Amino acid sequence: MSEPLLRVEDLRVEFPTEDGLVHAVDGITYQVYKGRTLGIVGESGSGKTVSSLTTLGLTRRQGARISGRILFEGKDLVTLPEDELRAIRGNDIAMIFQDPLSSLHPLYRVGRQLTEAVRAHRDVSKAQARERAVELLGLVGIPDPSRRVDAYPHEFSGGMRQRAMIAMALANEPKLLIADEPTTALDVTVQAQILALMERLQRELEMAIVIITHDLGVVAEMADDIAVMYAGRIVETASAARVFAFPEHPYTWGLLKSIPRLDAQRGEDLVPIPGTPPSLISPPSGCHFHPRCPYVQPDHARIDPQLQPVPEEPSHHVACLLESGVRKRLWAQLGAGRTPEEALVEVGLPAPPGAPV
Amino acid sequence: MIRYIIRRLLIGVLILIIVCALTFVFFRILPTGNPALLRAGRDPQKKLILEIEGILGLNKPLIVQFWDYMKEFFLHFNLGYSYYSQESVRSLIAERLPATLSLTVGAAILWVLGGLSVGIISALRRHSIVDRLSMGSALLLLSVPEFWLGFVFLLLFANDIGKFKILPGAGSYVGLTYDPWKWFTSLIMPWIVLAAGSAAIYARLMRSSLGETMREDYIRTARAKGLRERAVIRQGVRSAVNPIITLFGLEVGVLLGGAVLVETVFNIPGIGVENYKAIQSSDFPVVQGTVLLASSFIVLANIVVDIAYAYLDPRVRYS
Repeated sequence: MSEPLLRVEDLRVEFPTEDGLVHAVDGITYQVYKGRTLGIVGESGSGKTVSSLTTLGLTRRQGARISGRILFEGKDLVTLPEDELRAIRGNDIAMIFQDPLSSLHPLYRVGRQLTEAVRAHRDVSKAQARERAVELLGLVGIPDPSRRVDAYPHEFSGGMRQRAMIAMALANEPKLLIADEPTTALDVTVQAQILALMERLQRELEMAIVIITHDLGVVAEMADDIAVMYAGRIVETASAARVFAFPEHPYTWGLLKSIPRLDAQRGEDLVPIPGTPPSLISPPSGCHFHPRCPYVQPDHARIDPQLQPVPEEPSHHVACLLESGVRKRLWAQLGAGRTPEEALVEVGLPAPPGAPV
Repeated sequence: MIRYIIRRLLIGVLILIIVCALTFVFFRILPTGNPALLRAGRDPQKKLILEIEGILGLNKPLIVQFWDYMKEFFLHFNLGYSYYSQESVRSLIAERLPATLSLTVGAAILWVLGGLSVGIISALRRHSIVDRLSMGSALLLLSVPEFWLGFVFLLLFANDIGKFKILPGAGSYVGLTYDPWKWFTSLIMPWIVLAAGSAAIYARLMRSSLGETMREDYIRTARAKGLRERAVIRQGVRSAVNPIITLFGLEVGVLLGGAVLVETVFNIPGIGVENYKAIQSSDFPVVQGTVLLASSFIVLANIVVDIAYAYLDPRVRYS
């Protein structure tokens, strides 16, 4: 594959707080390629949003300590001076956010919010910028754009607001679009429209997209590649097809088992992942997932797993202390409808002490 | 919108009538002294007092007096005559109004501009030395009464009794049309003294309001667009100002109350001083007239604020 458009290397983002240092992002590495979509998946508080905001330099102001590298077209965005970074923000890299109502300024007309995005990076007249704003609203499928351009955000529906946000992000035809939970605040039917819109625009503009979500359904729809994050780290990364067909990390299994499926047997229960996401101030020792992992073994609280390639597929990386062969057998048992406890017995591993039942 | 304004104006008139009625009642019930007695000379005879009461109309039932007053006001815009000087209250107010308007309008401008800019700087440099200093002095200005601050200013800067003789002191006020420069310099200290308290409230409110809006999602969006920080701050200020505007109507009342004190300390021939003198001498028509004027300012200010709000926040629509 060619050079990646964005390469994040060993990125760490820490926030000093009164309670201690929050390790929001704890050494993550990933690449995004032109025209492709990376899905970053994880629970709330897994560091997915912070890592993206850091790409745009938006965590600097919050007093974050940032290390590692974020390479975009040969520039390291971690060390780039603020004014050069500002020239990239909204121009080469654009971002859309979860809640389109709170992300749009309530007192400014939609058109004005679009034109300022255009005029921040291009030397055009107000009239030209307005023309572009109307064109953009049309592009994202807002009916009667020349009239709607003068509306206020509260006069738009939720779906139209997110379309307007997308129009704003596309104002300068960015090379990379970061979408942070773009459909979470929307109705299911509107979700599908927004995702279809993003896919269409990606094809037309050859954009790379990073889509951040906790929703595996969204990722299945959109992503070419997937990175699963847990407690500030990437625990599994592979092509989307492989993650859905051959997931190897117990946390990924948990995510997959906790989504409702139409083809499930009636009466079959959804399986939530037990426990809560760990504290990012003092994360668990060893494997960060071990307190919640049904397959935990005695030394997992001691040894910190690294991302390792799966033997048969070098692009598929997993950070898990179980052997790849064992993991495959466990997943097969889960796939056959067994519970984690039954799967452990079948595979011949000892049940963990005090395991969640 | 037009219907809303008309309704608000009608309610405003109703409020003014109620204020009038209350002033009427309070003045009669509270032991302020019988105006007739005060005018009857050193050794008043009962007959003379009754006669004077008859002239002033004080012997009629309260409700009839009130009706007469209202009738005169609405039909002839006549506010009655001073018990003392026989001067028409309307012309008395007209004569005194320019000084009070000069004082209060200037102070209001200073209050809003000063309060907002200090608040913005404090919010953007939270916990800096500038922030601590301005919030500390704001607290101080909020706590001290106007008359005390007025005297401190006179003792510091007045060109007669001051330590640094740089500004005209008490009693130096002249009309704007008479000598604009002298008018301006004579009002510098009164403006500052009168504006201080309200400006301090505004500074503190603006600081917390802007502090909040700068953490809003749409500010993050503005930054993500690559806007310059200056433009980002402007968006924050735009939202932060709204809740503060609402307070303007209330603060106008505080300002008018303060004007009485400041006019007295700086010896400015305004309505406040007149009102104060009238209260002391039970000159009821003058009190009534000045109270009516002050309350119409407050009612009007609140209507203006509500209408301005609809323009400032497109989500607000009146019907």
